[in-house]
Amino acid sequence: MIEKEMRVRRIEHGTVIDHITAGQALNVLRILGVSGTTSAVVSVAMNVSSGAIGLKDIVKVEDRELEEEEVDRISLIAPNATINIIRDFEVIEKYRVDLPERLEGVVKCANPNCISNTNEPVISKFLVNKKPVELRCIYCDHVISEGIAEHLI
Amino acid sequence: MMLHHIISMKDFSRDEIDIILNRAKEFEPVARGKRSNLLSGKILATLFYEPSTRTRMSFETAMKRLGGEVIDLGSIESSSIVKGENLADTIRVIGNYADSIVLRHPREGAARMASEFSKVPLINAGDGAGHHPTQTLLDLYTIMRESSLSGLRIALVGDLKYGRTVHSLAYALSLYQADVTLVSPAQLKMPDVIKKDLKKQGAVVRETTSIEDVVEEVDVLYVTRIQKERFPDPAEYQKVAGVYRITEELLKKACDNLIIMHPLPRVDEIDPAVDRTKFARYFEQSFYGVPVRMALLAMAMEAV
Repeated sequence: MIEKEMRVRRIEHGTVIDHITAGQALNVLRILGVSGTTSAVVSVAMNVSSGAIGLKDIVKVEDRELEEEEVDRISLIAPNATINIIRDFEVIEKYRVDLPERLEGVVKCANPNCISNTNEPVISKFLVNKKPVELRCIYCDHVISEGIAEHLI
Repeated sequence: MMLHHIISMKDFSRDEIDIILNRAKEFEPVARGKRSNLLSGKILATLFYEPSTRTRMSFETAMKRLGGEVIDLGSIESSSIVKGENLADTIRVIGNYADSIVLRHPREGAARMASEFSKVPLINAGDGAGHHPTQTLLDLYTIMRESSLSGLRIALVGDLKYGRTVHSLAYALSLYQADVTLVSPAQLKMPDVIKKDLKKQGAVVRETTSIEDVVEEVDVLYVTRIQKERFPDPAEYQKVAGVYRITEELLKKACDNLIIMHPLPRVDEIDPAVDRTKFARYFEQSFYGVPVRMALLAMAMEAV
């Protein structure tokens, strides 16, 4: 892609999260801990047309490579996202997010009466069904299938 | 069979369930008073964070008739729980005193979590609206003894939304390829996620709101109480309270070999006149809790 066609300029170092489900860019920023007062250089593109998935969002974060746990969280709300790691303007690694089979400490159980939502010394644990995306709490069996972003810890 | 914690029916295969039921049958004479010292020297701790009569007393009876001892938490008010001790710590402490723990707790998932902290076998005696596997096992045992688990046609009646016993039971029945009819008011239908699980197992599941439709077509009528305490809104409870009532009149159409079960306590779902009919089995059912819990305690604690 040549520079003049790009909505947002190329970055020197950092991560480009592409093919984010349209509408989820702000949730991705939330996962990355990027708030209004951040000092990081962040570019966001929303509702960009994309052959593969219709419309997509894109997030570029400079001078940062993502942790595995952050990628797991992104995979929950944007299962088609791709992660591009950029160094010296080159994509040195590119991969598609993949939902793990088990999620620990990433999502809060939506059942208010679940033991994992108390002062007990445990973290939330879910078994993941990929298609459709459903999370089943290991403790109380409650299934989260909609609005997963609202339950991210 | 290696049996450790007993948390949910989903942890059991059909073969494992059959082993437990057959073992329970061996214990029936002991449950009726024959002496046994099988668990002599062993201590069972019962931790009931919610009220219970049958479950707690049948566990105690089972343990004592097998020659073992029982310690209990006593009232919550007089225990360290009022000082703010969490369940995980309580379990770690009690696990150092007893050879096995029976837990009832108001929160869903409490038993699964407690098992992560327990070094002795932990038995779930009910976790909120979640699981109650020992009730399910005694229900299966009652069907095995009083009817038959093969080719079974059963109707589950009443509160199929909040009632934890019917969720576990329906799942277990699916392992026996039972023909299950769900009878409930529209507001108390079995949650879709559970029905989906049943169908995945290959169970035949039908739904109706009318008990008259099914009474002549089933071998077992499993009646449950509509539980006031599980309703978030008392007005919703009033709408459905007393909607099903088993009477002698209704039973005129029943199959000859029909049995009626109920996990008890009942309120007014079953007319007391039905107690005298050949169909009533709910008091036998509550007795069968003893041999079934004996089988579980023995498997948890005998020479490991």
